[in-house]
Amino acid sequence: MPVAAIEIDNLTKDYPYGFLHLKKKRSLEGLTMQVENGEVFGFLGPNGAGKSTTIKLLVGLIFPEAGTARILGKPITDIEMHRDIGYLPEQPYFYDYLTATEVLDYFARFHGLTAADRSERVTRMLNKVGLETAGKIQLRKYSKGMLQRVGLAQAILHEPRVVILDEPMSGLDPIGRREVRDIILELKREGRTVMFSTHILSDAEMLCDRVGVIVGGKLRGVGAPAEIVGMRAQGMEILFELPGSSPSAAAIIAKATKTGDRYRMQVSEEELYASLEQLRGLGAKILSVAQVKESLEEYFMHLIEADRAQGAAVEVSGK
Amino acid sequence: MRRAGAVALNTFREAVRDRVLYNLVFFALLMMAAAILVGQISIGIEEIVIKSLGLSAISVIGLLISVFIGVGLVYKEMDKRTLYALLATPVRRWEFLLGKFGGLVLTLAVNTLAMAAGLFAALLYVKSHLERTDAVLLIAVYFILLKLMLVVALALLFSCYTTPLLAILYTSALYIAGLFVEELRTFHLATASPAMVALLKGLSYLLPNFENFNVMAAAAHGRAIPTALILQNTAYAAIYCAIVLLIAAAVFSRRNLK
Repeated sequence: MPVAAIEIDNLTKDYPYGFLHLKKKRSLEGLTMQVENGEVFGFLGPNGAGKSTTIKLLVGLIFPEAGTARILGKPITDIEMHRDIGYLPEQPYFYDYLTATEVLDYFARFHGLTAADRSERVTRMLNKVGLETAGKIQLRKYSKGMLQRVGLAQAILHEPRVVILDEPMSGLDPIGRREVRDIILELKREGRTVMFSTHILSDAEMLCDRVGVIVGGKLRGVGAPAEIVGMRAQGMEILFELPGSSPSAAAIIAKATKTGDRYRMQVSEEELYASLEQLRGLGAKILSVAQVKESLEEYFMHLIEADRAQGAAVEVSGK
Repeated sequence: MRRAGAVALNTFREAVRDRVLYNLVFFALLMMAAAILVGQISIGIEEIVIKSLGLSAISVIGLLISVFIGVGLVYKEMDKRTLYALLATPVRRWEFLLGKFGGLVLTLAVNTLAMAAGLFAALLYVKSHLERTDAVLLIAVYFILLKLMLVVALALLFSCYTTPLLAILYTSALYIAGLFVEELRTFHLATASPAMVALLKGLSYLLPNFENFNVMAAAAHGRAIPTALILQNTAYAAIYCAIVLLIAAAVFSRRNLK
């Protein structure tokens, strides 16, 4: 039976705080999930949900209170596991006295590449992330977006089978985001497994085979992006233009929002056809009809409120 | 070991690019000033003054670099998060520590040897020739380097778990205490209880004995240094550094990064 790319079993992490670090706050609670070989997996959640904690546990930067994890069948405590993974930290920062070429060469040394291999890979990676003309500039002169690209280049430099990216689109302009998306898709085409964290649904929808949603340190769902967030469709949105204004149109205009010459109206699925008939009767030009999905923010808020309500119920019942 | 070597070379490169070796300019100026002025203020003992001044400057400058850079070796990497991507590669934490230690020791070795060359140049200017007994200076410089290795190991240990300010305090305190190890061993005040005397004696064996490395007076006067002392100090520094680095590795291997 082929092993999963990433297997996480009951991973739990506490962070100490307070005087002498005697108190502990649970940051991750019994996380159990799998990322399959060759898939792009999005790890979604609001800030402080436990995404980075999970990733740091997987790459060995922090240690769990309980639970285990394996990458390509090897325990995360096994140093050999690190040969097969590439990691981009959130808001990466590298030695600013080095140039991008030197940083990549430095990282390549840890993967046992020969001097010739290192030189070839470094050039190729700089081209891939669009830094071919900036390779000889010290990183202290780099923008945040350029540092992100260097981080991405070092993560994939040694052609790892599993690539773990913590907020890879963070700090990038639209062109940079597009380039990162293209790189992720290219990694997928090459058969590599990619796990990345984000709180931007559009990134996940565009790239991921599956997503896992984590809120308050607990996994709240795993599945295709549409399954996870689309389950709570909120109705239909009609975009239309109305030539002139008539008293009979007043009722429908009252339900719509006007932006420029266009109106936007949200109705339930049951009301859709009746509303379209009504608009046609008024001579409206229907521009588009689309399903309104709950936004990721709304989905997170819904989960957080559910958590709070459950907490309050427990408090009231005294349990 | 190859990975520790890569870390060491990068640490050396960082020191060079951060202009740590610029202190050599200060040392060169000091030696030039001393060589020119010493003849006017110290008749007959120019050589001893130059040697003492040179060795003291090598020691003090080396100590400043060891402490102030040593305490940031690991802390700075954690604080700036440059360590994150690195520890995700197949580098073991102890290899990283060994590399940081080796990199700073390499920096100090280059710095110390350059300063020693400056000292010999100043001596040549004052005496117009060098003698066989001047070679003792090289042993004194070697002992300074051994002492600096110990200081770097201690600074690195503190750098693994505390802030640079506290690490400077702890390292400096241990250095100062290490200069009085012999006094602790022979401490027999009538008022001190036997338990206190035993405690101080025990402590004197735990503390790094920095006084053993001080042969500046002998070197300045051209007196020979016994081979046994060279071997003893070399073994002592190697074993003490190894123990401190092992403790640092044990502390750092379970350290959660922020």
